[in-house]
Amino acid sequence: MKRVVITGAGTVNALGLSVPETLAAMREGVCGIRPLAFRDVERLSIRIGAQVQGFDADARYTRGELALYDPFTQFTLSAAREAIAQSGLTFAGDLADRAGVVLGTAGGGISTGDDSYRAVYAEGKNRVHPFVVPKLMNSAAASHVSMTWNLRGPSFTVSTACASSNHAMGQAFSMIRSGMAPVMITGGAESMLCFGGVKAWEGLRVMSADACRPFSANRNGMVQGEGAGVFVFEDYDYAKARGAEILCEVVGFAMTSDASDIVMPSQDGAARAMRGALADAGIDREDVGYINAHGTGTAANDRVECAAVTEVFGDHAKDLLISSTKSMHGHIIGGTGAVELLACIMALRDGVVAPTIGYEAPDPDCALDVVPNVARDARPEVALSNAFAFGGMNAVLALRRA
Amino acid sequence: MNTQDQVIAILAEQAMVAPADVTPDSTLEGLGIDSMGAVEVIFAIEETFDIAVPFNANTPSEAGFDISKVSSIVAGVERLRAEQG
Repeated sequence: MKRVVITGAGTVNALGLSVPETLAAMREGVCGIRPLAFRDVERLSIRIGAQVQGFDADARYTRGELALYDPFTQFTLSAAREAIAQSGLTFAGDLADRAGVVLGTAGGGISTGDDSYRAVYAEGKNRVHPFVVPKLMNSAAASHVSMTWNLRGPSFTVSTACASSNHAMGQAFSMIRSGMAPVMITGGAESMLCFGGVKAWEGLRVMSADACRPFSANRNGMVQGEGAGVFVFEDYDYAKARGAEILCEVVGFAMTSDASDIVMPSQDGAARAMRGALADAGIDREDVGYINAHGTGTAANDRVECAAVTEVFGDHAKDLLISSTKSMHGHIIGGTGAVELLACIMALRDGVVAPTIGYEAPDPDCALDVVPNVARDARPEVALSNAFAFGGMNAVLALRRA
Repeated sequence: MNTQDQVIAILAEQAMVAPADVTPDSTLEGLGIDSMGAVEVIFAIEETFDIAVPFNANTPSEAGFDISKVSSIVAGVERLRAEQG
């Protein structure tokens, strides 16, 4: 089996339009959650979210491109540009034929659909823009990445709700490990912050109207974000041979299914996924120094996730650090695991663990070191990134310091 | 603006050229408008003139609406406006 390393990272999210901006904000505990600003927001009962700020799509893309790029594709392409530039790779010849793209998204082009529904149902129009279908399809972002960088190998999109990008990155990891591809562009994106997107979420009654406070006793729900995280996953030998800078190594991955409920989380499913990732990586639980939690800030997730961590790690659960960066960049749904992987890279490479901000009161059901409010200097050897989706689809990645 | 000027404005916008560079004899191909661009042109024509243009990209020559050049588009628009107005 081949070893797999990360040689490039890129992002667009509410904390910044690049990885350096985002990591600086995570170190400082900046909150990207603000009043939502889009059409018809006054008809929503939930009016906060972590919207991307200052992203000038007209300056980044041509008019012809924008006719085909939903915001989730725009975010993906900007993040991919940053990641591929950092990796130093160009794709031609045999490398181009074998390298591919696997991205996660839960909803794809939600705002493209929303705008079209508004036009035909609310405004009584009888036609919509001719490119609605290629713009909203879940695989559009992966397609445009492959087209933009000449990636001609295996490319597809994974959709497992809030675990989509972790499942996608797990596929990229497995494909490189097995020798199917030397390089994969991977991660995920989401852009649900539009009237229809938030209106649908309101119905579930799991959203907070004021703040995201993971693990805090007074937490009252999740807050949605938007954006993309994209990485270059690469065969270790290939990266070494060309002298690439290695951000960290991907050492293990596991996925499990709760097989129980369409929205409620399961301690057993989460525990089996974390245990599986450790077994896949061949590492002891005592080696894990940091867990980037799923940590949505809902009553159920945070309680169940902490119980699962305690079940898997035993006494070591009290020693490791666990934080939820969703408190800063919001829950980016199908793209969230990708943006959260940046916090793992920061912990492993820079020795800084991002905090859980908005933490106000201890909860006995979440009695772990959740790095409340202020970033922490630490030198973890191994980090886990958790994603536990609606429908009980769990995906956990294990990463090691380079 | 008469029909021809409006059609020229739509094509110039799509081709990203000045309207003065589009003449009645200009073809979509000559303007660099590909098949995806042609679909956008038809959408813009439908919106501008409030007409339904019968056009199937699989069988463009059987559509009864010749989009090959400016003058034929203008003639098609005027016919559809008379029929559908």
